[in-house]
Amino acid sequence: MASMRDIKRRKSSIQSTQQITKAMKLVSTVKLQKAKTRAEQTNPYFNYMYNTVSSMLARSGSINHPYLTAGDSDKKAVVVITSNRGLAGGYNSNVVKLVTDSEFKKEELDIYAVGGKGVEALSRRGYNIVEDASDIIESPTYQDAAELCEKVLSAFTRGEVGEIYLAYTHFKNTVSQEAKMIKLLPVEIDLEENAAQSNVLMNYEPNEEEALDMIIPKYVTSLFYGALVEAVASENGARMQAMDSATSNAEEMISDLSLKYNRARQGSITQELTEIIAGANAIS
Amino acid sequence: MAEGNNIFKVEIITPDRVFYTGEADMIEFNTADGQIGVYKNHIPLTTVIEPGVVIIHDGEHQKVAAIHAGFAEILGEKVTLLAEMAEWPEEIDINRAEAAKERAEERISAKAATTDLKRAEFALHKALTRIDAAERK
Repeated sequence: MASMRDIKRRKSSIQSTQQITKAMKLVSTVKLQKAKTRAEQTNPYFNYMYNTVSSMLARSGSINHPYLTAGDSDKKAVVVITSNRGLAGGYNSNVVKLVTDSEFKKEELDIYAVGGKGVEALSRRGYNIVEDASDIIESPTYQDAAELCEKVLSAFTRGEVGEIYLAYTHFKNTVSQEAKMIKLLPVEIDLEENAAQSNVLMNYEPNEEEALDMIIPKYVTSLFYGALVEAVASENGARMQAMDSATSNAEEMISDLSLKYNRARQGSITQELTEIIAGANAIS
Repeated sequence: MAEGNNIFKVEIITPDRVFYTGEADMIEFNTADGQIGVYKNHIPLTTVIEPGVVIIHDGEHQKVAAIHAGFAEILGEKVTLLAEMAEWPEEIDINRAEAAKERAEERISAKAATTDLKRAEFALHKALTRIDAAERK
């Protein structure tokens, strides 16, 4: 049996760990609230954008536009959104797994990474990281999203990549987040679903093609921005959960160790008593 | 006057917030093809917004705001502006806008090979829009 001192030392070390995890949980709870409100404020813009683009495409389905057809290149750009900090449970590795477990070959992927953890994990596995924009995840603005989007889109229009994907963590609610990979370009929208709603005859100014030219990059940027904001909320949600279970695990270990400590203490008292009695018996 | 049957819904949405929702009897803004004014029962139209001042008329009241880049969806009963940025005149720091205007003008007139002319022009437009909106307060 471990000595009393060892147990005591172990217990106090776990206690200080528990204090840290508790504090981290509180911090991420507060951050989560903020990120959640932001994500909710972004939603109307994104939804409207989606509806407009899908109703545009529903009516002009046959239009031959570069954004609507895959490029010739076999290469695919993947934008991977992770976090800069760890200790968030499976948050980062789930996103990385989406990329490594996908059917794409390593050689044909160009990674545009947001988030230091994703950069580390993917470059270690030998993926080609074209762009590392890790600082924008700290407080994503629409401007940041637009800048990154422009880089990816220009690679698409130059024909360097044929398709663009986005891997991020979708924020379902506070306790559940889901890593997701979506296709950004060429635009694929479920036309069946939208065709019914769009019976208004819409006019376009200057003309349909120019409007598409200008609206699709905005659509992609808004998807991008939405994903960034959701990823921040998901990160904090995941961290909150991870730290919550870490705290309760520590609690369990502490109570287990307390029991062991008390048993050891009682054992040493009993032993001492036996020794004294034995000594007294020997003298008399 | 905002007669009961002349008003329509107006929504201005930006990525960060729902900027404005309300009713109006006329709305003016800048498009790629020039300034337009929209009354109720306009034909359905989707158009590209250029940086400029948007004026929402509601009877005798007028609301002015600066919007930069985006597009508008006009339906008979409802006008929705999706803008990348929108600001009320109260939110605009006029000194900053003036400074930005001067910087952009300098960059354009310097014509150095390194300057991104398009970007400088965009910045100039943005600053001018802000100043314009702030002055109409």
